[in-house]
Amino acid sequence: MASHSPASSKAGIRFDSDLKLRTLKGMILSRTLESKLSSLYKAGKIVGGVYLGTGQEAFSASLGCCLDQETDIFAPLIRDQAGRTAFGEPLIDATRTYLGSVLGPMKGRDGNIHRGRPRERRPAMISHLGTSVSLVAGMLMARRMQGQLSGVVGATCVGDGATSTGAFHEGLNLVAVEKLPMVVMVADNQFAYSTPRDRQFACEKLIDRARGYGVHGTELDATDMSACLEGVWKAVAAARAGEGPQLVVGKLLRLCGHGEHDDGSYVASQLRESSIGRDCLQVGIEQMIEQGLASPEEIVEWQEEASEMVQEAVARAQKEPTPDPYQEDWRALSEGGMAS
Amino acid sequence: MSVTYIDAIHRAQLDLLRERNDVFLYGQDIGSFGGAFKATKGLQEEFPERVLDSPISEDAMVGMAIGAALSGMRPIVEMQFADFSSIAFNQIVNHAGTHFYRTGMPVPLTIRLPCGGTPGSGPFHSQMVETLYGHYPGIIVATPATVSDAYHLLKQAVELDDPVIFCEHKFLYRWLKTAEIEAKPLPLGVARIARPGKHATVVTYSAMVHEAVRAADRMAAEGWEIEVVDLRAVKPLDMDTVLASVARTGRLLALGEAFPWGGVTAEILSQVVTQGFHLLDAPPMRLNAKDTPIPYHPDLWAAHRPTPESIIEKLRELLNF
Repeated sequence: MASHSPASSKAGIRFDSDLKLRTLKGMILSRTLESKLSSLYKAGKIVGGVYLGTGQEAFSASLGCCLDQETDIFAPLIRDQAGRTAFGEPLIDATRTYLGSVLGPMKGRDGNIHRGRPRERRPAMISHLGTSVSLVAGMLMARRMQGQLSGVVGATCVGDGATSTGAFHEGLNLVAVEKLPMVVMVADNQFAYSTPRDRQFACEKLIDRARGYGVHGTELDATDMSACLEGVWKAVAAARAGEGPQLVVGKLLRLCGHGEHDDGSYVASQLRESSIGRDCLQVGIEQMIEQGLASPEEIVEWQEEASEMVQEAVARAQKEPTPDPYQEDWRALSEGGMAS
Repeated sequence: MSVTYIDAIHRAQLDLLRERNDVFLYGQDIGSFGGAFKATKGLQEEFPERVLDSPISEDAMVGMAIGAALSGMRPIVEMQFADFSSIAFNQIVNHAGTHFYRTGMPVPLTIRLPCGGTPGSGPFHSQMVETLYGHYPGIIVATPATVSDAYHLLKQAVELDDPVIFCEHKFLYRWLKTAEIEAKPLPLGVARIARPGKHATVVTYSAMVHEAVRAADRMAAEGWEIEVVDLRAVKPLDMDTVLASVARTGRLLALGEAFPWGGVTAEILSQVVTQGFHLLDAPPMRLNAKDTPIPYHPDLWAAHRPTPESIIEKLRELLNF
């Protein structure tokens, strides 16, 4: 599964068959990695938690693929392995962080999905939901003050639960007031941990809130990879074209527990069996085959390549040293003289 | 021509905006209105792109500033009142405070907190919050007591690569004046002797420095020489200066305007007792505000915070041990 540079230009990423295949490949790689991470967790090889994005890969990878890796900003959340991979995060960053390698971006100081490389426009999420909305807004406003905003898009993802936080509200309102080229993605995955939507908010559709905030709204069937990719691409292109902030709500079902410690037994079977419970990866594979963009043999080939890449990234991280408390500098400030 | 404490804060921001293209100001009503306390008066006129009004969204204000700081800017956020920074608490302690340790990338962010009591301000426009932010790793907390420090510590805060909580005391804004700002600043993180003495040490910061000096002046009439240490910043805490002073006097009173449970004065006592027990000739003492919300009525407020009278009373207890 050779990775290659996306077709981009000043006008952004082109909507073409290459984009579709990159999205699908990102989804395959993400699912493969997460399946391995789950096994490692269950085997006791990962301490803390493992949080998967099963069922959300189309929504997340669509965003990652539609953003320009060279200039755009992407602040992922808990279920965005697919988006991270699609936006160019190396697998080794994920495996090193999950396995506690001291060579990883977080050096064992933070774990699992709390990782990033902010210098490369990939902020490292904190657990407090909604905080990344204003963070990305600030990254965009800095560029505006520096005269570097032209052609740049910022994006972040949250779930339906995060829309209940003050941080989300304050952040999205600020984004709207400043008319920033930003895409805020809400994975409406029916549950926030175990809390269903009807205990989270009372409006019929989250997308109705877009009008209240004064931003453009798009609602998508995020189980339908093709439709999802097209909708996300349009939202990113609109933000890039100066049409203002975009709220994108993807309707889907989380096809896993909150984390791998949670079996998700509170999810009713009729919901799993409904159209919202479709597996976006299966749908995407079928769509690419139907559209003549991939053959079943190629899909198997990509899956095998993904397995090899994941095995390699896991094996490499497992061989690496874990942090040594006696070597750790225990410094929370960059100014050495200020430590006290 | 004299310079007030608020003038110094205004001038520091003006100089920073002129000297550095990466500095910008963000806060409620700070644009054409010039801020609730006029700390940014006229600045938007000169720097329309870098003096920005924010919505009433303290969480988003700080989140935005962290993002901008990660993108090459040096934001100064003005909280209208320190009390409202509670809304931004999460962004400050969990986002900004953890960032360097987690990612290796510092957050050069300064948050100005107009803090402390003034008559009639009541429970929600009077609080001291330095303890809250000092408790968390990854955050520097400056507490200027003088006009010159208000200027220099704010400039130094912005030059530092780490998040700085800048606690400016509202009671000092217009009352405290100096002929001119001192040319040579002390670095942030170094305390100063506000008034030399030999019989007891009062360690304090912010507006209480002036109450302590008043108390010391009165006691001088009785022959007591009280040393007053102005911490200038409560994190990092300059324990060298504190311990040297206690070594000279053998007696310690830690004084603060904050609530009494825990906090800066408790930290000072803890460190002096553990590092300098042998220096003490009497049990060290603390004096803080009362353990109630800050009352509205000026008569209640004046008795809620330490006063020269209550400081003198405590010092007599300390000296008579």
